Amino acid sequence: MLRLALKMLYGDRAKYAMLICGLTFCSLLMTQQISVFCGLMLWTTATLRNIRVPIWVTDAKVEQVNEVVALRDIEVDRVRSVPGVEWAVPLYWGILEARLKDGSFQQVQLTGLDTATLVGRPAKMTAGSIEDLRLPNAVIIDQVAVKKFKQKGIKVAIGDSFEINDTEARVVGICESEQSFLGQPYVFTTYDRALAFAPQERKMLSFVLVQPKPGVPPAELVERIRKIPGLGAFTSDEFFRHTVQWYVRNTGIPVSFGTVVVLGIIVGIAIAGQTFYLFIHENLRFMAALKAMGAKTGTLARMVFLQAFAVGFVGYGLGVGIAAIFGFGVLKGGEPPFYLPWQILVFTGAVIVFICCFSALVGLLKIVRAEPAVVFK
Amino acid sequence: MEPSPDGHGKIAIQARGVVKSFGAGDSRVQALKGVDLDVNFGEMTMVVGPSGCGKTTFLSVICGTLGFDSGAVNIFGQDLSAMRDREVTAFRGQNVGFIFQQFNLIPTWSAVENVSIPLLLRGVGRKPAEAEATRLLEAVGIGGKRNAYPSQLSGGQQQRVAIARALVHEPRLIICDEPTASLDALTGHKVLELLTEVACRPDRCVIVVTHDSRIFSFADRIAEMEDGQVKTVHPRGEFHALYV
Repeated sequence: MLRLALKMLYGDRAKYAMLICGLTFCSLLMTQQISVFCGLMLWTTATLRNIRVPIWVTDAKVEQVNEVVALRDIEVDRVRSVPGVEWAVPLYWGILEARLKDGSFQQVQLTGLDTATLVGRPAKMTAGSIEDLRLPNAVIIDQVAVKKFKQKGIKVAIGDSFEINDTEARVVGICESEQSFLGQPYVFTTYDRALAFAPQERKMLSFVLVQPKPGVPPAELVERIRKIPGLGAFTSDEFFRHTVQWYVRNTGIPVSFGTVVVLGIIVGIAIAGQTFYLFIHENLRFMAALKAMGAKTGTLARMVFLQAFAVGFVGYGLGVGIAAIFGFGVLKGGEPPFYLPWQILVFTGAVIVFICCFSALVGLLKIVRAEPAVVFK
Repeated sequence: MEPSPDGHGKIAIQARGVVKSFGAGDSRVQALKGVDLDVNFGEMTMVVGPSGCGKTTFLSVICGTLGFDSGAVNIFGQDLSAMRDREVTAFRGQNVGFIFQQFNLIPTWSAVENVSIPLLLRGVGRKPAEAEATRLLEAVGIGGKRNAYPSQLSGGQQQRVAIARALVHEPRLIICDEPTASLDALTGHKVLELLTEVACRPDRCVIVVTHDSRIFSFADRIAEMEDGQVKTVHPRGEFHALYV
């Protein structure tokens, strides 16, 4: 009977196509929008993902990685004095303007790494060597800088230079970095040189990067560092979570994306529910005939649920597939952001299962309520 | 009529004082007002009467697709009112074959698939069910159309498929609701000939609800209904009164 139930579904091509379209659209909208949202949230944590260290020390009031409240240089030594610290190094991070050869400007995220160790260095160099950062006026730019400069008509390569705050910055390497939320390129240099590039302020230290001693859990060390008055500390994962949560709480992004996702769900329920109801309604006479011929409610329920889940499965597959193709396409270009972890697939699948169950139950209710005697009318 | 040793003439269905109403309050309509009727094995009993006299309601009640308010329906020795819904459904699946006015063949299923439904519902496997369905289609003369869809069949052929479907699981009661209403006179006559030939057996009874006086000659007995009651039961040879 189940095979015949599917045949009944596939036989009504118009409604089958309509159901597939509705569920595909719903699945696509949810997967694509949530993936773009997750990608956007991931962009907000680009600094964390570019500079991979276990512990970040900040001002006590800092809530997320993109807000910097400068610290005194002495805080590095205070952190080093905390039991369990293997090493602690300073990091400068700030948004400055780079002036290009033709006089045009480009905002950059200047990242000053500890001069001695270069802790927080880019993970992947595509040209040049990280050690060259120790050369005079040396900076390493990322692929975004190359792209942005190119958009302004300037091709940047190793050996070229530009100005940051009227100081020459010479490109000694090109690296790959994670794209940030506001899209400014990363420019890496040493901590000392970063202080020379940046406008002078009383306090210049942005973060202290910390490595715990072997056997010391980062979370435990974070607790110890937090006891120093005026300092805050986060494990890398914790800072990631806080940053995303900050954007969720303080921007309209989740509401905007959430609205589209909810609309997708509503449209999916409306189209699939209504079309499936119509499908059942048109086949009610035949379902009643089956009831008259001795079909139990359980048999009819299995038939209806199979039909609902058959369209759900195809619609989900198509929707997720199209979203993945979209993602594959945009990832090549780098924009818009797109991040599709398995959790999104599970969520979308769960919503589609809900829609299928809802549609099947609505249809089944109609069948259960129908008197088998309706076949004689 | 005295029952013969093979069961022919023995009472298969006994309805006594069957009452059925629809609606409530002022809009309450009593469709059956105490129907009494005996249906014998080996016979084709026709139920006739004007529109709205309660024929189809009575048919629905005796095959267990519609409950009734009072009275008794005894079918093959079982009291229908004492059975639970689930038991009635199982009983129908086992003992009743249906032939509907509109055929009710599922349009997206082939003839052989439509015919195999009662067997599939009883848990018979697909292959043996389709083999038996094919045998029945051959018996009703459309074995060559086993893979045709209802839309590819004429009205007469569709009704033959419906007859095969009604018989495939060897039911003891065949219910026919206006089986010739959607057919022309010649096709209707042929369908009844076929029904008489393949359906009527000593261990089975056939009930036909019809308006069509052209097929009265196929009946063994005709129950004439009027205003929710069986007015007269005409034995064979006394049908002439109905042609007036």
